Amino acid sequence: MEAIVTIENLRKYFDIKKSIFSKPRKVKAINDISLNIPRGSIFSVVGESGSGKSTLGRLILKLIEPTSGKICFEGEDITDLGSKDLIKYRREMQIVQQDPYNSLHPRKLIKDIVGEGLKIHYKLPSDEIYVRIKGILERVGLREEHMFRYPHEFSGGQRQRIAMARALVLRPKFLVLDEPTSALDVSVQARTLALLKELKESLELTYLFITHNLAVVDYIATHVTVMYLGKIMELGSKDEIFSNPKHPYTMSLLEAIPSVGRGKRIRKIPRGEIPSPLDPPKGCLFHTRCLQAMDICSKEEPDEIEISKGHLCRCHLYS
Amino acid sequence: MHNEGSNVISRRQLLVEDWKHTLYLWRQNKLAMVGTVLVAFFILIAIFAPLIAPYDPIEVDLSQTLLPPSSEHIFGTDQFGRDIFSRVVYGARIEVGIILLVTVISGTIGLAVGITAGYFGGVIDDVLMRITDVFLSFPNLILAMALSAMLGRGVFNAIIAISLVGWTIIARLARAESMKIKSLPYIEAIRALGASNIRILLLHILPMCMSPVLVQLSLRMGSIILTAAGLGFLGLGAQPPTPEWGAIVSDGRSYLVEQWWISTFPGLFIALVVLGFNLLGDGIRDMMDPRIRR
Repeated sequence: MEAIVTIENLRKYFDIKKSIFSKPRKVKAINDISLNIPRGSIFSVVGESGSGKSTLGRLILKLIEPTSGKICFEGEDITDLGSKDLIKYRREMQIVQQDPYNSLHPRKLIKDIVGEGLKIHYKLPSDEIYVRIKGILERVGLREEHMFRYPHEFSGGQRQRIAMARALVLRPKFLVLDEPTSALDVSVQARTLALLKELKESLELTYLFITHNLAVVDYIATHVTVMYLGKIMELGSKDEIFSNPKHPYTMSLLEAIPSVGRGKRIRKIPRGEIPSPLDPPKGCLFHTRCLQAMDICSKEEPDEIEISKGHLCRCHLYS
Repeated sequence: MHNEGSNVISRRQLLVEDWKHTLYLWRQNKLAMVGTVLVAFFILIAIFAPLIAPYDPIEVDLSQTLLPPSSEHIFGTDQFGRDIFSRVVYGARIEVGIILLVTVISGTIGLAVGITAGYFGGVIDDVLMRITDVFLSFPNLILAMALSAMLGRGVFNAIIAISLVGWTIIARLARAESMKIKSLPYIEAIRALGASNIRILLLHILPMCMSPVLVQLSLRMGSIILTAAGLGFLGLGAQPPTPEWGAIVSDGRSYLVEQWWISTFPGLFIALVVLGFNLLGDGIRDMMDPRIRR
């Protein structure tokens, strides 16, 4: 499958300066990541908080500047484009954010929130804008009369639909979904995911789906990337990763999916908390919590190993 | 469609409820009511000055000099035979003009500097805020005196001087607001849509900074009058024969012992109006406080 987005050796370091006297330190939020997102896929990125998955989404959309590396959209290098040249790619790539309560401007009517993109990119007569806003709202399951309300009059699920309408009104090809359902009730989550799946098919979209919920990944994703402290631990098709996980971290994440009626099995849940990204472990990033850690793990960092075609894993167990 | 109709009504009802609540809070706050009445009087006097004032505020009548308060001249007359009451009434117009212009000018400068510094951050923020600090490091009246001495005498120069002193607090407030708002997800979403920085600043951040800035501006109106009167008294603001209150007080200062009325009445008006604005400002601040509101 042809890749819509390609990332090569992408890095993003944040400078942390506590006071003028201390040495500035670097947080490696994204540390040498390369991947291809195939057109038409639902490419999910999973990991605990602090693993850099949201940063990855923002880097691809060029909402933040990478420290080094290369980002290509449909084969064009967009890494060094300024805001003027980037504007045509803004139509192609959009984002739906995590928190529906802070992602809509509280003082604007829904028609202005959703119509903003049209006003930025096209000089359209107002009745044409109206028709398009109405069309996209109906597409995500809202009605014409909702155009003249404010965000506070809607529920979380409805707000998330408005955020989707805002992103989709420009007819993008690629959508970054940053934990789009994590702030919603379970029943609303299910409906929102079904809508996303349906929109993906009918509008021929590609998703970068950022989440920490593997049950959601199981339902929606075609590809899975497991991130830990800014690096890819394992990557492959969803079916491969779920049926044949290789990395101990992936295995423990899969073990940790809650389900009803599993009985009292001792689960291989990782010990402790994710280490501070300010002070990442030497060697394999995961060895401090790994249940299968060996001597070499604390000394040498493992390389990415191809387990089977398209299935990569970064672990000493397979080298 | 029925659904929409009922919602429109409920929104209007909400707005009415909100106003009713504000009115209720205002009634509870006696001092705010006193302030409102004082400020309302002041503005009415300014609007209807030609109807209220019995004499021309500028015309000299040397047969009527230094008359004490009487039924003909209720506040007495000054050394040029001008009716003090008429001068004070017309002076209200000048004070209102000063307040409006200073508020608009200092509000505009403060907002522009503040939201720019807060939004862009980094070097732009450092430069703009150090400039603000320079203005803040002098006492208000001293800086206003220095500026109006530099610009030359006259009401308009005094207005510019007071505005240049007053914008700093607005700038700091607007900077804090814009720093807070720029990091919210909806601004990021608008950036992802391709909006330029100017568009984001003017259409999305500026409207969100307005309400705290407006409250702050209303709180500062009292001190604007004080500074203007101070400049007028020192001879740096309004020039004779303009009936600016501070200048009238200054006119009477060599007659203070024998002809006390020249300085006393305009002084009293300055005190009452400043008091009114301060009480009203405190009241507005309390009413806007979300801990007091529902």
